[in-house]
Amino acid sequence: MSHIDSLIAEDITAYLEAHENKSLLRFITCGSVDDGKSTLIGRLLYDSKMIFEDQLDALERDSKKQGTQGENIDFALLVDGLAAEREQGITIDVAYRFFSTDKRKFIVADTPGHEQYTRNMATGASTADLAILLIDARKGVLTQTRRHSFIASSLGIRKLVLAINKMDLVDYDEAVFNQIERDFLEFAEELSAGIEIQAIPMSALEGSNITGASDKTPWYTGPSLMEYLETVPVDDARISAPFRMPVQWVNRPNLDFRGFSGQIASGTIKPGDRVKTLPSAKETTIERVVVHGGDLEEAVAGQSVTLTFADEVDTSRGDVICIASDPAEVADQFQARVLWMADKDMLPGRRYLLKIGAKTVTATVLDLKFGIDVNTIQDKPAKTLGLNDFGVITLGLDQPIAFDPYDTNRETGGFILIDRMTNNTVGLGLIDFALRRAGNIHWQALDVDREALSKQKEQKPAVLWFTGLSGSGKSTIANALQQKLFALGKHTFVLDGDNVRHGLNRDLGFTDVDRVENIRRVSNVAKLMSDAGLITLVSFISPFRSERRMARNMMVDGEFVEVFVDTPLAVAEQRDVKGLYKRARAGEIKNFTGLDSPYEAPEAPEIQINTVDMSPDEAADQILNWMRERGWFEV
Amino acid sequence: MWGTTKLNQNWANSLTSQTHLDRLEAEAIHIMREVAAEAENPVMLYSVGKDSAVMLHLAMKAFYPSVPPFPLMHVDTTWKFSEMIAFRDRKAAEIGMDLIVHTNQEGVEAGVGPFSHGSAVHTDVMKTQALKQALDKYKFDVAFGGARRDEEKSRAKERVFSFRTAEHRWDPKNQRPELWNLYNARIHKGESIRCFPISNWTELDIWQYIRREQIEIVPLYYAAKRPVVEWEGSQIMVDDDRVPPELAKTAVEKFVRFRTLGCYPLTGAVESTADTLEDIIQEMLLTTSSERQGRTIDRDQAASMEKKKQEGYF
Repeated sequence: MSHIDSLIAEDITAYLEAHENKSLLRFITCGSVDDGKSTLIGRLLYDSKMIFEDQLDALERDSKKQGTQGENIDFALLVDGLAAEREQGITIDVAYRFFSTDKRKFIVADTPGHEQYTRNMATGASTADLAILLIDARKGVLTQTRRHSFIASSLGIRKLVLAINKMDLVDYDEAVFNQIERDFLEFAEELSAGIEIQAIPMSALEGSNITGASDKTPWYTGPSLMEYLETVPVDDARISAPFRMPVQWVNRPNLDFRGFSGQIASGTIKPGDRVKTLPSAKETTIERVVVHGGDLEEAVAGQSVTLTFADEVDTSRGDVICIASDPAEVADQFQARVLWMADKDMLPGRRYLLKIGAKTVTATVLDLKFGIDVNTIQDKPAKTLGLNDFGVITLGLDQPIAFDPYDTNRETGGFILIDRMTNNTVGLGLIDFALRRAGNIHWQALDVDREALSKQKEQKPAVLWFTGLSGSGKSTIANALQQKLFALGKHTFVLDGDNVRHGLNRDLGFTDVDRVENIRRVSNVAKLMSDAGLITLVSFISPFRSERRMARNMMVDGEFVEVFVDTPLAVAEQRDVKGLYKRARAGEIKNFTGLDSPYEAPEAPEIQINTVDMSPDEAADQILNWMRERGWFEV
Repeated sequence: MWGTTKLNQNWANSLTSQTHLDRLEAEAIHIMREVAAEAENPVMLYSVGKDSAVMLHLAMKAFYPSVPPFPLMHVDTTWKFSEMIAFRDRKAAEIGMDLIVHTNQEGVEAGVGPFSHGSAVHTDVMKTQALKQALDKYKFDVAFGGARRDEEKSRAKERVFSFRTAEHRWDPKNQRPELWNLYNARIHKGESIRCFPISNWTELDIWQYIRREQIEIVPLYYAAKRPVVEWEGSQIMVDDDRVPPELAKTAVEKFVRFRTLGCYPLTGAVESTADTLEDIIQEMLLTTSSERQGRTIDRDQAASMEKKKQEGYF
């Protein structure tokens, strides 16, 4: 190796002691190939002595063969990975790089910058403490800079380095640097609060302000990139946050030991602490913090430990152990920001698996409220989310989960969505807040609503209200129509006056009051069925206009369809299928419609059927055509 | 910020000094526990080398006081150093884990070996094919491996959970995004996952961890006087009487050690007097060639590893 710490040669033990206590910083680099991103990473690897001579030889060979820097070393070739990408000259995935200095070990997530790789960037950002945003000094703050800043800050990164690169191409002009910094700071006000921004003028190609102060930028007094990376405090937000630990695995080697293994998501824990396991909300006390090699007096966020309880509290994988004084929230419905990562669109109403912590549940997308344009950070209307789309959704789960809002706790507020058929990870989500059922009287509307049910059935709900004299053919036509609708794959139900009187309305007679109550109940049932998305066929004599008006007023506008089965009394009486006219004429039935009780014919029915001239089948076709013409089946 | 907590200053110091090794260890343990909880039939591939030693140690820590809830499996090409085999059997017994040893019997019957068939055929038949046979035979759905992203450029993009088709093929275009520490381990029947808990470790991390945790490694890593011969550009150790006699005759005793361990005829020795961990690490840091150069299978064109991985080589 060309440049090596003399300490390694002189006192290896001292070197190892020093390096054993290094901290770790994970960061992401955002920018496109054109901004010199690969060159920057290659330079960091090279300058931090992470390149061995055989790799250097290969690099020089490759530089001549494929490089873009003439006889000079093309650092970009160091970091391009898969063969397909090397040929295309772009990086298309997340590549992880490692280097270390005397002070820190670094894990770099190197992601492509184009919009079609938004998901890759989000993946890299999810584990990063810091983001380096590359800006070409000649181009300034571009749309992609805004996009990268938005994604990084959405994923919870609170430290941004504005790497204003290619300063060599603008003669290291201070004014250019200042203008870009100002432009960015102005834009950054739209990002989440509490973001620290450090702008650094640099040239990755010439190595200016990468590891040390450059004499080309005497006007710049800030740190070089490496100085900043080595000294920036690693966020201890998760250590000061309330204690949370998702239970990964119940540790039960024998009957005498029962522990709960997991990685502490946030906060600290020690024996004697009162804790609550969620979602059951049972409280207990921590007895031991077990790790191999001896119990700990206290453990902190990031550590993988095994906890034991003072009492037997039923706890299993997926539960979250929280400090009792400040537990996480529990809910089964919430609003979240999602980034879609699959080719197949996200659709409202669809069910996915949701994994948060160590828990996997079934989740239904209740509603897509709006999309977010990643370039402008503005809301935009959206019906679906496609690959790389950001949006705000509401989700309903099949069981409650413990969580914190993502902006409060990155470890307990993020989730992934998994396609139930392909098993692929199709989306990432950041929980905003729980939807509170108790405080929301319209809870049913939040769930799968009548519109979703209607869409699911590919039909518009309807209440087809058949009215007409006894024996006019209402039920016969309704039956014929139901068969046709069924054949079309439509979802229907027939409410027949006689049948309903056998059950729901068994207690009602034929007085005027009972008749009204009969209609009120049937109308309510029809309304529920239309809410369920069904096409309901109500076959009721319903002789009075006021009754039918009551039914019409209960339905959603446009869904009540009055079908007047217009059969003259003489014809109906002649048919007398059930022998009722004969009995009424004989005085056995009182208040019989058309005889000793009036029938008030509809004044403006939606559909009027003349049963004298047409068969029940033709009548059904007439209704079907009427519905088809009005778009009833195009949902 | 510490003023607002009840922690004393000493404790605050220790909190902020959670080292890179602590974080790497905690991450690896988290990954192993996820697999133990979600896989139906996991296995840990054990190659007896230093990375395997670290993996075994991490597994022991991850499930303590339980014994790791999966077996170890060693694909034995029958050409490993005899010291490796002795070490393997002793370690498995000490920890109390089941040890499965699989050898490609068809290869044995055909007499496949590095001296007679060359390294490429030997590695394919006795290692790659043998591993597929073993995974098919025992129907493991998740296999832990000790591969690291820093080993080779094409591995920089390898996922921690790497999906293989029912034919054990790796499709670089069809891998799942890995967000936070949420791993999606769901697979269809017949598919499998190779899981790499020490993906984010580097060569130096491995050595530092071995030193910090005082992990026992096969003595072949330490320099000692050993009989070596020159074969195909490497110095190899005469480990048993299968070295062709005319070659074995040329053996000389030298102070050598091994940077990686595999089949003894395919593992080049380096002349060294480094007989302590510190000396080994020093030598590693001062050395002029990267680790994998010693492995014959890599001396190929740049994308060789990616190609091998697609074919199912671990």
